[in-house]
Amino acid sequence: MHIVVCVKQVPDTKVIKINPKTNTLDRRGVPSILNPYDTHAVQEAVHLKQQYGGKVSVLSMGPPQATAVIKKSIEIGADEGYLISDRAFAGADTLATSYALTKALEKISKTSPIDMVFCGKHAIDGDTGQVGPGIAKRLDIPPITNISAITKVTKDYVELQRKLQDGYAYIRSTLPCLITIEKEINEIEYASFPNMLKAVHFQPVVWSVDHLENVDRKQLGLKGSPTVVGKMFAPPKQEGGHRLEGTPEEQVKQLVEVLKDKQDLFHVNKS
Amino acid sequence: MSEQHRGIWVFAEVNDGTIAGVSLELLGVGRVLADKLDVPLAGVLLGENITPLSEQLIHYGADEVYVIDDPVLKDYRTEPFLAGMGKLARMYVPEIILYGATPNGKDIASAIATDLKTGLTADCTMLDVNVEKRLLEASRPAFGGNIMATILCKKHRPQMATVRPKVMKSLPADPARKGTVIEEKLQMKEEEIRTKVLEIIKGPGKSVDLEGADVIVCGGKGMGDEQGFQLIHQLADTIGASVGGTRDAVEAGWLSHDHQVGQTGETVTPKIYFAIGVSGAIQHTVGMKNSEMIIAINKDPDAPIFDIATYGMVGDAREILPVMIKAFDERLRENEVVSHA
Amino acid sequence: MPEKFDVIVVGAGPAGTSCGYQCAKNGLKVLQIERGEYPGAKNVMGGVLYKQQLEEIIPEFWKEAPIERPIVEQRMWLMDEESAITFGYKGQAWANEASYNNFTILRAKFDQWFAGKAQEQGVTLINETVVEECLVEDGKVIGVRTDRPEGEVLADVVVLADGVNSLLAKQLGFHHDIEPAQVALTVMEVLKLPSETINERFNLEDGQGCTIEMFGDATKGHLGTAFLYTNKDSLNIGVGATLSSIVKVKMKPYELLEYVKNHPMVKPLIQGAEEAEYLAHLIPEGGYHAIPKLVGDGVIVAGDAAQLVNGIHREGSNMAMKSGSYAAEAILLAKQTGRFTEDVLDIYREKVYESFIGQDLKKYKDATETLETHPQYLKEYIPMMNRAAREFFTVDGASKREKQKGIFNMFMERGKIRTVQDMYRAWKVMK
Ligand SMILES: Cc1cc2nc3c(=O)[nH]c(=O)nc-3n(C[C@H](O)[C@H](O)[C@H](O)COP(=O)(O)OP(=O)(O)OC[C@H]3O[C@@H](n4cnc5c(N)ncnc54)[C@H](O)[C@@H]3O)c2cc1C
Ligand SMILES: Cc1cc2nc3c(=O)[nH]c(=O)nc-3n(C[C@H](O)[C@H](O)[C@H](O)COP(=O)(O)OP(=O)(O)OC[C@H]3O[C@@H](n4cnc5c(N)ncnc54)[C@H](O)[C@@H]3O)c2cc1C
Ligand SMILES: Nc1ncnc2c1ncn2[C@@H]1O[C@H](COP(=O)(O)O)[C@@H](O)[C@H]1O
Repeated sequence: MHIVVCVKQVPDTKVIKINPKTNTLDRRGVPSILNPYDTHAVQEAVHLKQQYGGKVSVLSMGPPQATAVIKKSIEIGADEGYLISDRAFAGADTLATSYALTKALEKISKTSPIDMVFCGKHAIDGDTGQVGPGIAKRLDIPPITNISAITKVTKDYVELQRKLQDGYAYIRSTLPCLITIEKEINEIEYASFPNMLKAVHFQPVVWSVDHLENVDRKQLGLKGSPTVVGKMFAPPKQEGGHRLEGTPEEQVKQLVEVLKDKQDLFHVNKS
Repeated sequence: MSEQHRGIWVFAEVNDGTIAGVSLELLGVGRVLADKLDVPLAGVLLGENITPLSEQLIHYGADEVYVIDDPVLKDYRTEPFLAGMGKLARMYVPEIILYGATPNGKDIASAIATDLKTGLTADCTMLDVNVEKRLLEASRPAFGGNIMATILCKKHRPQMATVRPKVMKSLPADPARKGTVIEEKLQMKEEEIRTKVLEIIKGPGKSVDLEGADVIVCGGKGMGDEQGFQLIHQLADTIGASVGGTRDAVEAGWLSHDHQVGQTGETVTPKIYFAIGVSGAIQHTVGMKNSEMIIAINKDPDAPIFDIATYGMVGDAREILPVMIKAFDERLRENEVVSHA
Repeated sequence: MPEKFDVIVVGAGPAGTSCGYQCAKNGLKVLQIERGEYPGAKNVMGGVLYKQQLEEIIPEFWKEAPIERPIVEQRMWLMDEESAITFGYKGQAWANEASYNNFTILRAKFDQWFAGKAQEQGVTLINETVVEECLVEDGKVIGVRTDRPEGEVLADVVVLADGVNSLLAKQLGFHHDIEPAQVALTVMEVLKLPSETINERFNLEDGQGCTIEMFGDATKGHLGTAFLYTNKDSLNIGVGATLSSIVKVKMKPYELLEYVKNHPMVKPLIQGAEEAEYLAHLIPEGGYHAIPKLVGDGVIVAGDAAQLVNGIHREGSNMAMKSGSYAAEAILLAKQTGRFTEDVLDIYREKVYESFIGQDLKKYKDATETLETHPQYLKEYIPMMNRAAREFFTVDGASKREKQKGIFNMFMERGKIRTVQDMYRAWKVMK
């Protein structure tokens, strides 16, 4: 079984700062990380490899520094890594990204046919979750999004648990297919020391546009992106209301008073 | 792009034979946009035995409803829904399509965007149109909610966006509204579809009812420790409310993840929301700011939560809460006695 | 079969990286293991890096290293509750590249950079991995076991540069348990302040820095010091006291820091600054007496792990780097002989003791203990000196001779003999 996981390098939004004056991102000192959902996707692929055999490749599009997330994937247990990196890819939105990644997947599958493509549920910098289904559409394979468990894998099909707004759907899909991974699918394991060592010196296969085949350059990068960012602004601030004053007792008294006509919303605890 | 792209569509998501709340909310905002652009607003209904739901879409603001009623559309699957939606969009060329940012809404929107080679803006919280340029201005939180970005799709049609549930307001239903229903067929056989839905299980993993709660008591890091957090449970017990928490409280292990309110947790709109020891970080407030009434307790008078609180109480929650619990307890028991009398 | 390296260095602080750098540069296969997310992630330091020792490893390093400001002024404050006797040195000589003395640095940035340079030399660095123990065979250290699955890895020599707490050296029985009087707990904050404001308040030209060391009331008279250093657009403020005195004062370290921040001498300098980071760390203060066994078969202990810190002059990172260099020299020599036994590596111990490290630590060997057992220095003399200075500088009609007499009497109030004894003791430990 050959699983390819698409992995993206993202700024760690936990520590990102916005300059309040200019409303621009302060990227100084913001570390880049492997998109957390992709981390779970790689881990899941490695689990399947351990169970069913085969290999795990990872694919990323990004600047040369994105090698870091491929190395991270190797730590988790991936076997091969591909980076597509070219100025022509820069400025891509999800449509152009899925196009470029699809071209790379096609090339990978020529030497080593792909059974499943994994993506993260979404990337935490864009939060869109659009790239995965986009790739599936282009490869003409079924996409199954929001997967929280892979329950069965055979030569021809997989059975999956898909997370819904209020519950789960159990789905069977033929192979090949593309699935997007939820965090709850697994716990990230502590990487083994040999994998850590392997990752240090690992170098991915790097492809520029010229390495890819049958590429329509108009569909790449900024040119191939229908969406543009208009403006950035601070989230709207709301006006606060009353401040209750006084000692805790006085404040509570005032509150009980203002909530008098809402009391039907409260239910007395009978116990 | 061509001049013939006209009209605003809302993808109507159906679960268990009922239309999702977010779809009705989208009709609300869609109505405003359609009036500005002076075009009709349409709902799109795909499913099995769903034609009767068209009426409801019209009551909530749609002028037209496009319907494909077909057994292969029984449960949501990308392939047949994509085929149906793609067919309609190619035939009737709308200029804007809105989807709920739910798992299914996002799934179908992403597939169609690639199919139609057009732009899609995810997880919007604000929508507007530039009438002159006929541009959808779709704004969404970016970079962990720290900033808002307005995304435009200038040269491609339709313009598409997914919109977070609970941030838009639906219109009151108007049973007198009239509209047209346009039915189409889907030529797709079950055998052609590569995915099968084996089973759907509703509700598990959703033991906590935050979404439906009228009153939520939410505790944050400011409760200090697990023991301090017990006061949150006590207050909730006293007034019969659901318990919520900030991510920091959840990460501290004081309550489980399904209680988390905010960007990476639940979006809630209760009638009363208590935010106690909660700083009011943007990632938290996006999930609760539309509550009808917000009551905040924080010892820092400059805490951002006070910017959105209806009533703010500055002080130590560990001092105020025992007083409050006692006061509510007395008040409610009093009432009970009265009402039983 | 676990992989084998020539050298395993535990820890990516100044000591470990300095050693790894020089071993790799000379062709050895080096594995460096760091438990932090990246080198420097959790490392704490007031922030003064002396030039000399790093310059010997990387000439003109300041041209590319992430330094904050070269220091042109060092101030000392002997503090009373609301006053201080201040003195220090400021000189433009220190502002010239050729004669730079020291720099402020932020460890998170600096350690990463330095480790990066070592990687360029060929060091294999593994982060986020804790070394749990040394593998010992027939009394010889042959490698380490990390906390990861399949976590064993072998080497001819293991260098323990794992910092003040060096659990690994303790496991080998090199250390006795560190006594509370031999370590200082230091808490510090990084305070954000615009560069121009810093220049103004500290009277500095752009790109120049100043350090202030505080004694006396800064630690409420207990054994320790406080400091305030200027970075590019932030300040490092911290206070430390020996664990034993913290236990005595019953004041929590962060309360002490709050106290310093609100001291009237300090407050105006940091006003309006925004707290960016809060850090706490131990500093070995045991000095000469606390130095553990430094070498064994297949193992060397360097830097803070070897307690090589001069608490009085706040020198640590330089001693760490220098000891790392000596460790590398010893390892290279051992490689030539093909023997990694204690007697060959012992050259490391000799160098440490013969160099300024051993000499300086010896010089101050009793200072900490003396101050610890004789609290009057910080608790009584410094306030007295403040009073004396105030007396002396206040013009109030009394003649200068009268004033001097009054001051003399004030000091002698404690009893002539005691005061003279105290002075003699002080001179002896510092000489
Ligand atoms: C990508 C991303 C997604 C996120 N998603 C979410 C999310 O879904 N939900 C969420 O909640 N957060 C989320 N966060 C985290 C969010 O940014 C905040 O860190 C978090 O909401 C803060 O939680 P808090 O208010 O409990 O803690 P703090 O920010 O630490 O605030 C504690 C407050 O308690 C007050 N306080 C302290 N002691 C007392 C006392 N004795 N009495 C009264 N008040 C006291 C303090 O003044 C302070 O205001 C997300 C962050 C990121 C980057
Ligand atoms: C508040 C403060 C202020 C100071 N100010 C100054 C100053 O101004 N000037 C100065 O020269 N010195 C100063 N020092 C001293 C200086 O910081 C130290 O002497 C110096 O950092 C010692 O370097 P090191 O490499 O020996 O240890 P460290 O810098 O402590 O590095 C040890 C490394 O080993 C890692 N490690 C530990 N255990 C393990 C393990 N089991 N497995 C893997 N990795 C491990 C740690 O994560 C760490 O990165 C100060 C110290 C403090 C605390
Ligand atoms: N530049 C990229 N390189 C590789 N994979 C990507 C890239 N961008 C997105 N993906 C994949 O698509 C998923 C969803 O991303 P997004 O649609 O941007 O939220 C991610 O979790 C990745 O698996």
